[in-house]
Amino acid sequence: MMRVIRQRPVATAIALLSLAVLLVLPITLGRFGNYMLAMWATMTIAAMGLNLTLGYAGQISLAQGAFVGIGAYISAIMTTNGWPLGAALVVAIVVCFAIGWLLGYPALRVQHHYLAFVTLSFSTLAYLVFRNEEWLTKGTYGIYSIPRPTILGYSLKHHLDFYYFALMWLVVISLLMWWLVRSPWGRAFTALRENPLRAQSLGVDTRLYTLMAFAIGSTMGGVAGVLYAPLVEFIDPNPFALALSFNLLLMVIVGGSGYFLGPFLGALIAVLLPEWLRDYTSDFYLVAYALLVMILLIFSPTGILGLVDRLATSRRARRASEARAAETPRIKAKEGA
Amino acid sequence: MSSFATLVIAGLATGAIYALIAIGFALLWQASQTINFAQGEFVMLPAFFALVAMGLGLPYWAAALITFVLAAVLLGAMFKRLLVDPMLKHGVIPLAMATMALAIFLKESVKDLYSAEAYPFPSLVPPVNVNVLGTNVSLQHIAIIVVALVTLVALTWLLDHTTTGRQMQATAQNPTVARILGIPVERMIMLTFLINAVLVVIASLLVTPIYLAKFSSGETLGLAAFVAAIIGGFNQLRGAIVGGFLLGVIDNLAAAYVSTQYRAAVPLFILIAVILFRPEGLFGRKEERTV
Amino acid sequence: MTKVLEVHDVRKHFGGIKAVDGVSFDVHEGEILGLIGPNGCGKSTLFNVILGQLAPTAGRVALDGRDITGMRPSGLNRLGVSRTFQLLQVFPQLSVRENLILAGQEHEGSMLSRLFGRRDVGLTPAADRMIAFFRMQHLAEEKAGSLSYGQQKLLDAAMAFMAGPRLVLLDEPAGGVNLTMLADLKDRLKAINTEQGATFVVIEHNMEFVMSLCSRVVVMAEGRVLASGSPEQVRANPAVIDAYLGH
Repeated sequence: MMRVIRQRPVATAIALLSLAVLLVLPITLGRFGNYMLAMWATMTIAAMGLNLTLGYAGQISLAQGAFVGIGAYISAIMTTNGWPLGAALVVAIVVCFAIGWLLGYPALRVQHHYLAFVTLSFSTLAYLVFRNEEWLTKGTYGIYSIPRPTILGYSLKHHLDFYYFALMWLVVISLLMWWLVRSPWGRAFTALRENPLRAQSLGVDTRLYTLMAFAIGSTMGGVAGVLYAPLVEFIDPNPFALALSFNLLLMVIVGGSGYFLGPFLGALIAVLLPEWLRDYTSDFYLVAYALLVMILLIFSPTGILGLVDRLATSRRARRASEARAAETPRIKAKEGA
Repeated sequence: MSSFATLVIAGLATGAIYALIAIGFALLWQASQTINFAQGEFVMLPAFFALVAMGLGLPYWAAALITFVLAAVLLGAMFKRLLVDPMLKHGVIPLAMATMALAIFLKESVKDLYSAEAYPFPSLVPPVNVNVLGTNVSLQHIAIIVVALVTLVALTWLLDHTTTGRQMQATAQNPTVARILGIPVERMIMLTFLINAVLVVIASLLVTPIYLAKFSSGETLGLAAFVAAIIGGFNQLRGAIVGGFLLGVIDNLAAAYVSTQYRAAVPLFILIAVILFRPEGLFGRKEERTV
Repeated sequence: MTKVLEVHDVRKHFGGIKAVDGVSFDVHEGEILGLIGPNGCGKSTLFNVILGQLAPTAGRVALDGRDITGMRPSGLNRLGVSRTFQLLQVFPQLSVRENLILAGQEHEGSMLSRLFGRRDVGLTPAADRMIAFFRMQHLAEEKAGSLSYGQQKLLDAAMAFMAGPRLVLLDEPAGGVNLTMLADLKDRLKAINTEQGATFVVIEHNMEFVMSLCSRVVVMAEGRVLASGSPEQVRANPAVIDAYLGH
């Protein structure tokens, strides 16, 4: 930890500053602001999971929204039946890990757009189950009054309290994710994305890592769902239709796929930008949002952080070449002498 | 038996529309590696062009004509120039994402600029049933099948028997070689986008009288087109046609014999099975993968 | 002499095309075997069969007497079979050191122990030794993608040796490498052959490179073994000359 601070002082400062803003800012916001920030934290967790599957391991998935749905239904059904949220979390982790693992199998056979369509189909099938299995999910009628958790006798009924609760989840999961992508597994995931054939020849069990990438990424979607249900307090199948999977995918891409901070930024844009645009464009906020996304993708298909990275690299290269240019005359002078 | 025949004919009508959408989808993929996630919205939108035109007091035929022109400009030329061309060099997936954003854009634009309601849409033929060989058949269904078949035959003829068509096929198969042979590759790709625009307008005019004009109706249609194109074979136009008809029939039979709640699941299961066990499609050629 | 690799009557047919049509040879411990032949003679296909990338139509491949036919590439690698590819295959986004650590990490501990263990799996010293051996100290922190072609080729080869392999299959290591770099590469390959005692099979078109590097050469033509022997014997063989000039 200390080493990280010493090696990356700027990054550490930015991280601490962001955390401070995230802790203080909500106090100045109203109920709705806190609700939206908690939504941002939730969606960031889900997008982080997809970023692992897609950004690090290179496996496209259009099913992340379905896992948020599975997590949310587990959370809603269990907590409305008197179970604590912690129990729902454990069940959701186990279930989403298992289903995510199974969903990884098609990725062993097909790639790219075919994989996109398989996962898209899964997403739609999950939606049909949410809608049709009324005995379990109450169908389109929805599940009402999902309780917010109580921690040590303290209820998180208020939006501000729940926001801090969500923020805590986000921090814990971010740390776990940071540790994972920097572990040898993270290296193997990157290898799988960049060149699976070469990775295999170096002993990387690409099958196992592919399945793992799907399972872990999906689990994070499920965890986000567990948090989502008590946040919104009412769920029906509609939020978990294909559109959510598309949106999560856009969050990852817009933020910068394969960058650790990509999902944070992507979710910020996808969750908060439309709300902010709503103030200026009234009903047209989604139109404006979609337009902005298209323009961004045209100029930087690697997302915002990809753009930042490119600018930083070209600046470094310019500086390096300036340094070389400054060196050359001296060397020449030496050779001359 | 008679009800089974009715179902099959209804299925062929639905399938004819799917085939039109799927073939455009496959054409775009072949010509410029575009997986158009907005293809469903491309079918939803022309109906609203026509509705606006008719709202201004124009007769059906004039409204249809204007719709064709608008679609060719917006969904054909502008789509290619403004979105596909700048994105294409970044690869298949980023372009696919951009079309996802386009789908949201089109859908929300219609919702905000026109309305979120569903609107009735005039049909080509009166909604009556006729008796064909003892089977009760909707005249509308017959009209759809006839129009779609004429379109498909015309398209196939264009591709197989005209110089332009053969140039388009050459472009789709290998743009580099096509360019060396002196084929105006750029113009051929643009033509493909225009053909897709025409196909989605025809599909729109055929399907909207049945399903009504609604901003969200593109979702199901787009999904059906993906499924049809993949079942038939992404790289085979005839595959997409057969896939479309097959899917339409399966869809209607599933609605009758499987539960209505899960009718939408049947094509998805077929899709998954095809992708896993025969990714080149039921009628497609295997794309040789190099190690 | 101990046989490290035995290739026994391997066949690989694609439809009617017999890419590999009954090839047998042994590779002995510590030798550098050259595998040459005109383009399309089936060398690369044979490599892919040996390495589990393609399933053979018929035949048997054994490593140290153990049947490895059809084994998956990752498992095979963990048994000590390593390779390089004809086209450059490094991980451009990872640094040179990270590339090397990756090349060794799957041989250390289990998947779980790697998840909870050290970030470099304790391989940094080994990676740095390999970097020093290939004389790339000044590049250790650079992203592999920013290296010159020749440097990437060196890294590519270094990665193949990272896990201390028993057998290394090199597919055109000299392709596209300039002359200075080539001498360097040959020198390093010979050194690692003596020091690590690793056994090599090399596919190469650069005859001078093969003849000066390899102790024995197998010549393939049209999916079969045409000749084998010392570089001198092979060079003097009229059938070999004919196969090369005939094409």
